[in-house]
Amino acid sequence: MKIIVKNKSELPIYEQIEEQIKAQILDGTITEDEQLPSIRQLAKDLKISVITTTRVYNDLSDEGFIISVAGKGYFVAPRNNELLRERMLCEMEEGLEKAVSSGRNAGLSDEQIMAALKQFLED
Amino acid sequence: MENILEINGLCKSYEGFALRDVSFALPKGYIMGFVGQNGSGKTTTIRSILNMAHPDSGKISVFGLDSRKDSVKIREGLGIVFDSLYLADHLDAKHIEMQLRPFYSDWSREEFFRRLKAFGLPDNKPVGEFSKGMKMKLMIAAALSHNARLMILDEPTSGLDPVARDELLDILTEYIEDEERSVLFSTHITADVERIADFITVLHNGKVWFSGTKDDLAESYVVLKGSEEDLPAAVREKCIGFHGYRNGFEALLPTDHLAGLPGELEHEKASIDEILVYIAKEDKNERASQDTAV
Repeated sequence: MKIIVKNKSELPIYEQIEEQIKAQILDGTITEDEQLPSIRQLAKDLKISVITTTRVYNDLSDEGFIISVAGKGYFVAPRNNELLRERMLCEMEEGLEKAVSSGRNAGLSDEQIMAALKQFLED
Repeated sequence: MENILEINGLCKSYEGFALRDVSFALPKGYIMGFVGQNGSGKTTTIRSILNMAHPDSGKISVFGLDSRKDSVKIREGLGIVFDSLYLADHLDAKHIEMQLRPFYSDWSREEFFRRLKAFGLPDNKPVGEFSKGMKMKLMIAAALSHNARLMILDEPTSGLDPVARDELLDILTEYIEDEERSVLFSTHITADVERIADFITVLHNGKVWFSGTKDDLAESYVVLKGSEEDLPAAVREKCIGFHGYRNGFEALLPTDHLAGLPGELEHEKASIDEILVYIAKEDKNERASQDTAV
C-alpha cells in the first residue's frame, strides 16, 4: 500500500488517504483479505493524528471497502458479490433488449426469436 | 475513553494575570496540542499539573490521582520536557543517569543508555554543552527510561531546527502507539501539532477558548474574505478578529454562520495559526472600540 499525504492539499488529510486506499483496492494493488496496517501504525508511519486514521478506517468500513476483524485488525473486504451480480443482470437485460429489437427489425416473429434464444441456451 | 489527565475549574491569579476556570481532559493514548499566545497561561497550567504552582481553586487529576495529595506517585509516571534543561549542566549523561535513578522505582538503566545511543547522544560530555535538540532528546530519553505514561512538553520546539522538530514528532507518534500513553504538548509553533495532535486546547487570556478534537476545531472556523458591502450586518457581528482594509476585509467566522452568505464572499479553511491570530485581533478590536466609546 502506498499513501502520500500532501500538507498543502485543499483536501483534508483523511479524504486524501481514503481516496488513495479506495483507488488501490479498486485497481487491485491491495487485494482481498490483505491486512491493512493498524490505526496506530498508520498514524505513526504517516506522522498524523490517530483520530484522523481512525476516521479513515471507519469511513472505509462504512462504505464496505474494508472490514474490521475483532482482535486482528482491518482487512480488505471480499469483492462485493451482490453488487457484481446486479451488474451482470443489468448487462444481460441490455443484451436481450438489443437481441429482441434486432430480431424484430429483421421481421422475425416472437416464436422465431424464442427459438433462436433456445438454440443459444442449448449450446 | 479513560482520561489520563483531567483539569476541572482551575483558577490561579497572579499580579496582572489570572487563569480562569480552566477545564479540559486528555484521554489515554492520544496527543493533545496545548496552544495559545505567550502569556495565555499555558506554563502556569502545566506548572499546576506538576504541582509546582498551587491553584487558588479547581482540581487536577493525573492517572486518576489528585495532583496535590499524590504528587509523588504522579511524578513517577510523568515524563517532563521543558524548553531548557532541568538537569545539572556540568554532568555528563553517565552521571545524570546516577542522579535520576533513585527518583524512579521503574527506572531502567539499559533503556536509558539504549535511548542515548539511538538518539546519537554522547555519555561523556557535560550535558550543558549539548545543542538544544540534544538537550530535548536527553530529557525524552529520561522520560522513556522510567516508563512515563504521560509526557508533558512545554515549548519543546522553540529554537529547534526543522530536523530536530521532525525527529520529535516521530518519537511522539511512536510513544503513543501502544494506546497506553499520552502526550500534552504546549507550543506556539502550531505547525508541529497541526499534524500529529489528536486534540487541541486553545488557551486565551487565561481561559479555555477551545478544547476538543483537532478535526472539530478545523471544521468549526473558516477565514472569510471579500468586500465589506457584501457582508450582511448579522454575519459581521459573528466575525472574529475582523480586519477591514481599502479593498476588502478578512475575518474568522464560525462555520455555523456560513449558510446563505452571498457568493461574492470567499472562504477557506483556517489553520490553527490563523485562528490564534484572529483571536488576538479580536482583543485588539475590542480594546479599540472601548477606547472610542470613552
